[in-house]
Amino acid sequence: MTAAATVTPAVEFRSLCKRYGRVTALDAVGIQVAPGRITALVGPNGAGKSTLIKCLLGLVRPDEGSILLGGNALDGGWAYRRTIGYMPQAPSFPDNLTGREVVDMLRDVRGRGAATDEDLLEWFAESGALDRPVRGLSGGTRQKLNAAIAFLFRPTLIILDEPTAGLDPVASGILKDKIRRVRDGGATVVLSSHLMAELEELAEDLVFLVDGKVRYAGSIEGLKERAGESGLERAMAVLLRRGSV
Amino acid sequence: MRTTTRILKYELHNVVRSRAVLVYTLLLFLLTDVLFRFGGDGARVVISLLNVVLLLVPLVSVVFGTMYVYGAREFTELLLAQPVGRGSLFAGLYLGLALPLGGAFLVGVGLPFIIHARPEAALLLPLALLLIAGLLLTLVFTAVAVLLAILFDDRAKGLGGAILIWLGCAVLYDGLVLLLITLFRNYPLERPVLALTMLNPIDLGRVLLLLQFDTAALMGYTGAVFERFFGTSVGRVTVLGVLVVQATVPLLLASRVFRRKDF
Repeated sequence: MTAAATVTPAVEFRSLCKRYGRVTALDAVGIQVAPGRITALVGPNGAGKSTLIKCLLGLVRPDEGSILLGGNALDGGWAYRRTIGYMPQAPSFPDNLTGREVVDMLRDVRGRGAATDEDLLEWFAESGALDRPVRGLSGGTRQKLNAAIAFLFRPTLIILDEPTAGLDPVASGILKDKIRRVRDGGATVVLSSHLMAELEELAEDLVFLVDGKVRYAGSIEGLKERAGESGLERAMAVLLRRGSV
Repeated sequence: MRTTTRILKYELHNVVRSRAVLVYTLLLFLLTDVLFRFGGDGARVVISLLNVVLLLVPLVSVVFGTMYVYGAREFTELLLAQPVGRGSLFAGLYLGLALPLGGAFLVGVGLPFIIHARPEAALLLPLALLLIAGLLLTLVFTAVAVLLAILFDDRAKGLGGAILIWLGCAVLYDGLVLLLITLFRNYPLERPVLALTMLNPIDLGRVLLLLQFDTAALMGYTGAVFERFFGTSVGRVTVLGVLVVQATVPLLLASRVFRRKDF
């Protein structure tokens, strides 16, 4: 993020503000997300992580500020979402459809013909759940379907909200490998998680939000250096104590 | 438009397979079937069905509709994160709900008539009006359901509102009208009452159907005024038109809220 001055950021938030009644969810948030890197979005509950992600997806309309995707400002249209893959935190699919039908629906909605990445879909299918109603699937299996959909349309920007929540260690490892592979393929990844160990192993950049304000935005290495700590968890604690870095 | 039909296709699959819609269809079928077996002819069955249709159809539409939209909330967010416009998604959501419920009503009530009723010309108009009224009530109350579920993020509020609106239309409204009539009994009230009837979809359905039968004679002078208005084809078309408006207004409102909503 800090080194991205010469490169057009994959995503740029410019003084983004969002209020819900009296609560300020986002307070003049300005961030640049570097392309081709994995950026972690962290912060306590209610810090504004979800609101920030939802603004980017067009689910929430910001009160002020703008969002640029690859240098182009979002203007309320929806075509830009073709390049985005989204894995929401609490997946819920139509109860009476099978996994295959849910995937087919999204293929239809996206328009068929574009190249797809069936890697994770095959992984989901291996559990034998493809033709069973979604209603009967376990939380972890649903999360696999959720991940398969996020990666299916070869997005160049992938947004993952607590991606490994509910996954067993094996599945979690497979998903993390997939995340690294698409990053190596040039995609930009933004993920939120509460698991510092996971972020430390996966992410290169970090955005730390507290009460809707950016406390830190930059590389994880840079954060550790400035905090004088070797572990991310401790570095974050220092950050919280000092107020800023 | 193409996106709407694509979404609709899967929403239909989903709702048609839901147990609640199946139970609703079976219930209507059994009820109608039993009424025929207890020796009613077509016209009597229509009258007996009248009150069931007027109470049950709005209740099921508004409650099932509200719960359905709340249940689809997370998936709606996932769909909104895809390259689709909010307008097409809203249309898919509403039609995916209203069409199966309307279809369930038509099949549940219509099928026993096909099985049991003697085809006679006198039955045609009341039966057609019963089916159309039930269908329009489904559209009105599913539109209200969608509006409530989009307006309130809190499920308890939305569901409470849905039940209140049903209770208001089905029970309280008539009580209030009766109270007004008693209070102002010294004034000519036929026209105001006619206007008040126009505001409540359930009352509209009731008056529309009752006046097809001789029971209207029991309603005295007011009945005569009503008969003069609702009994004519102009009156009938007006009533159906008002019901269409009552479905359209909440639907347009809901669509407006949906397009601007923060999810």
